[in-house]
Amino acid sequence: MSTTPTAPVIEDWFSHDPEPHLIGTRCKQCATYYFPKQTSFCRNPDCFSSDFDEVPLSRTGKVWSYTKHFYQPPEPFITDGEEFEPYTIVGVELEAEKMMVLGQLAADASFEDLKAGIEMELVIEKLYHRDGTDYMIWKWKPTAS
Amino acid sequence: MSHDVAILGVGMHQWGKWGKNFVEYGLKATQDALKDAGLEWRDIQLIAGAETVRNGYPGYVAGATFAEAMGWTGARISSSYAACASGAQAINDARAQILAGFCDVALVIGADTTPKGFLAPNAGERWNDPDWLRFRLMGCTNPTYFALAARRRMDVYGATEEDFAAVKVKNARHGMANPYARYHKEFTLQQVLESPMVADPLRLFEICATSDGAAAVILTSMEFAKSRNVDPVKVRAVATTTPTFPCTTLEMPNISTDSAVAVSEPTRPFKASIAHDAYEEAGLGPDDMSLAEVYDLSSALELDWYENLGLCAEGEAEKLLRDGDTRIGGRIPVNTSGGLASFGEAVPAQAVAQVCELTWQLRGDAGDRQVKGATAGITANIGLFGHGSSVICSK
Ligand SMILES: [Zn+2]
Repeated sequence: MSTTPTAPVIEDWFSHDPEPHLIGTRCKQCATYYFPKQTSFCRNPDCFSSDFDEVPLSRTGKVWSYTKHFYQPPEPFITDGEEFEPYTIVGVELEAEKMMVLGQLAADASFEDLKAGIEMELVIEKLYHRDGTDYMIWKWKPTAS
Repeated sequence: MSHDVAILGVGMHQWGKWGKNFVEYGLKATQDALKDAGLEWRDIQLIAGAETVRNGYPGYVAGATFAEAMGWTGARISSSYAACASGAQAINDARAQILAGFCDVALVIGADTTPKGFLAPNAGERWNDPDWLRFRLMGCTNPTYFALAARRRMDVYGATEEDFAAVKVKNARHGMANPYARYHKEFTLQQVLESPMVADPLRLFEICATSDGAAAVILTSMEFAKSRNVDPVKVRAVATTTPTFPCTTLEMPNISTDSAVAVSEPTRPFKASIAHDAYEEAGLGPDDMSLAEVYDLSSALELDWYENLGLCAEGEAEKLLRDGDTRIGGRIPVNTSGGLASFGEAVPAQAVAQVCELTWQLRGDAGDRQVKGATAGITANIGLFGHGSSVICSK
């Protein structure tokens, strides 16, 4: 087993507990979901609420679209390791929240298997390694059939 | 009541990578526009600058920068920033001030000098800036958004890689007849399809470059144009539409869409609502248009615009393209200027350049790329963070 210490790339945006999921907020008045979290003021133009509950978002959804990148993006993108490796970004529609969330495709999943409409689940994986720590982020992975 | 204003003059500096100060390009475009309008610099009562954020303070205060560079005359100034839609915001500001009676003659000017490669976020750690976060959290670049839209068309509407390449081939051919375009090179389908894959399914030759360039438009009241015995091309509508909550289409630089749980989706998606607003204001519809200039940041995005402008029904853009309807000589030519495919993007100048193209076409001055009998045209683009823009011009 690896003993490499881990840390989230960004604090409080996702959790492992009890299963990997994104952390969003939900307006106490109009029930609109937000990810990234909205905590100050509801963006629904007919709602003047500033009260939110922190809620876990659905950890499965359906593919809206996807793309594989073959060139290294500019900073602040951080490359994991010495060499740039192509990576895939997937947009997944969450049914209960009626919203779409982007994320990278899980490391062991294949771009060729993607198709609009297929079911995906959220996983927490390493995005990059730096100074002895694995920095973790949410990714999408085809649901095991 | 008519909201028309006259386009008395247009001017551009050729797009390219010239490595000069953006002001130089803007001055050339301004001088050309003045000459085209038959006006003197002292006739300009308002200088509406479209800002560039990549050229330091002079870029932020573009209105003042050009006012000083041409020579202070005490004229009114304004500076607008709306990312890729900055030029349209400047046009709308000039139009509003003319219609409100604050001035009769206004110069709209946008110019830029851009760095090499893909546009990157500004430097520094900014954990609250979505435009910074998208790069850090997942490497979500501008081509990511173009490619997601393109792949969606393939999976849902049966678009092919050949379709995307065909848009580039068409626009490159149009651009060969435009002296202001950066590239004057014909492409074959095969050449485009053999260019390196950048963001699958989009290839290098299908994603627009960044360029230096400048475009200027001189707007006047209809009365002023009449006093000069000019029968001008008119600005009939300027839409500066923002999204309607919940914005359920993915917009740069967001990594998620709004939730439609509490409020149901708007009747029109964001891009369609921009054109809808412009048509409403002009009292014209898609069938009245002779041509369209749209933001082809990628070749595939041009297909989305066909549908959003109402040039065809949803899912039928590929057919419109394959039938040859959108090339010069077709039913509704799109990007007769050559589009971003032939220009590369000079952010604050681009929306102004779109209006220059409409003006030349509607005057019948577009040379070898002339759309025969053009009577009206529409432009469309979107600037980062929800800046929709669309301009309709007619004879
Ligand atoms: Zn609310």
